[in-house]
Amino acid sequence: MPSLPDAATPDVVALAERAAAAQGHDPHISDVALKPAFFDWLCRMGDNSLVLGHRISEWCGHGPVLEEDIALANTALDLIGHTQMWLGLAAEVEGAGRDADKLAFLRDAMKFRNLKLLELPNGDMAVTLMREFLFDAFHFELLTALTGSSSPRVAEIAAKALKEVSYHLERSSDLVVRLGDGTEESHARMQAALNKLWPYTGEMFTADAVDDAVAEAGIAPSLADLLPLWQRTVAEVLDEATLGQPEQRFDAQSGGKQGRHTEHLGYILAEMQFLQRAYPGASW
Amino acid sequence: MTAVLPSTEQVWDWLGEVPDPEIPVVSVTELGIVREVRWEGETLVVAVTPTYSGCPATSVIDLMIETQLREKGITDLRLERRLSPPWTTDWVTDAARDKLRAYGIAPPVDGTASDGLMAGRAARLSGRSNLVIACPRCGSSHTERVSQFGSTPCKASYRCRDCLEPFDYFKCH
Repeated sequence: MPSLPDAATPDVVALAERAAAAQGHDPHISDVALKPAFFDWLCRMGDNSLVLGHRISEWCGHGPVLEEDIALANTALDLIGHTQMWLGLAAEVEGAGRDADKLAFLRDAMKFRNLKLLELPNGDMAVTLMREFLFDAFHFELLTALTGSSSPRVAEIAAKALKEVSYHLERSSDLVVRLGDGTEESHARMQAALNKLWPYTGEMFTADAVDDAVAEAGIAPSLADLLPLWQRTVAEVLDEATLGQPEQRFDAQSGGKQGRHTEHLGYILAEMQFLQRAYPGASW
Repeated sequence: MTAVLPSTEQVWDWLGEVPDPEIPVVSVTELGIVREVRWEGETLVVAVTPTYSGCPATSVIDLMIETQLREKGITDLRLERRLSPPWTTDWVTDAARDKLRAYGIAPPVDGTASDGLMAGRAARLSGRSNLVIACPRCGSSHTERVSQFGSTPCKASYRCRDCLEPFDYFKCH
């Protein structure tokens, strides 16, 4: 049984006190020098949730069993919920009259800041679950660190999202173990999925000027600090799942965070943004 | 001229009549999602927190709260979304837990989230768990989890191994 990280319940008293002290005021929001990096970083947070949430939602109605179908739809729903909070804050920081919906539905692919890992097609259930696990293990550590952010607004979103992401990690790690240490067929598929996705995982930990700026401001942790935590969880789960960690470089693929995407993102956006592009401002 | 504003206690009572759209036997106040009612001058402010971030019922709940308060004659109203501290099932009232059970949903077992989900999972799998989810139909504790996710984000799917009834567990969060 791998000893996965514990999801400590957020200290609700401390959170409430901080929120009350801040009274909705976040010093970083009015920091003009920080604005471009803060906005970009918030788009990364929101776009990661949006693109993965959209991918997972593609399984709705197609799951191999009813329970899996429901679990995938629930996970997608959580992620879209996180997107509304992150992109909502991004729009507020930008202060240009856009809102979360405008950011989601009216930006082109080059303006999206999600990791390449998350836009890859779902493939089979092995690729879907392995991708989710590799990201969940990172997402969990990132949100845990963000609950201590110097931005009270970021900290409260992280505390909310962390409770749900704990379920995601619990479920995806459980299934990676079950399928990796399952039948010959399921093992082979899980190993193939891991080998395929591995070169995309390094992007999660490769910091650029945006990451450095928000880390410097105390808004986000240093990505390098998260790497050993992620490696520990991944190593334990893969070991339990009898899967071999690939020996190839894990950071061969990058660029998503800077807007250089694979061809797959455009197809996601074509579907996701169709309505608002064809009927601008449509609502119901 | 200024009419006499209803007391916040009165407003809480009115909100106690607003049912949760997905589990209509409990009210929004019993679920613990109404966090504050206050007057700012002549504007009534109601702070509501979401259960789960992506819960599709959130906007319906806002609409139902607004409809109820307007019917009671409140014209100047503002709904606030409050994220912090995040909602927990610890805020579900005792009365609501009984209503959930009678409705066929096993109520949350307190303390099973705050001890750490991963630790709880490890304990469950190794048979060391004292987490007992009683069947809301026959009361048997001989039950098993079918899936961690159920018909709504806040529930998990369980099955009673005695009476064979499938049921929802309002999971501790």
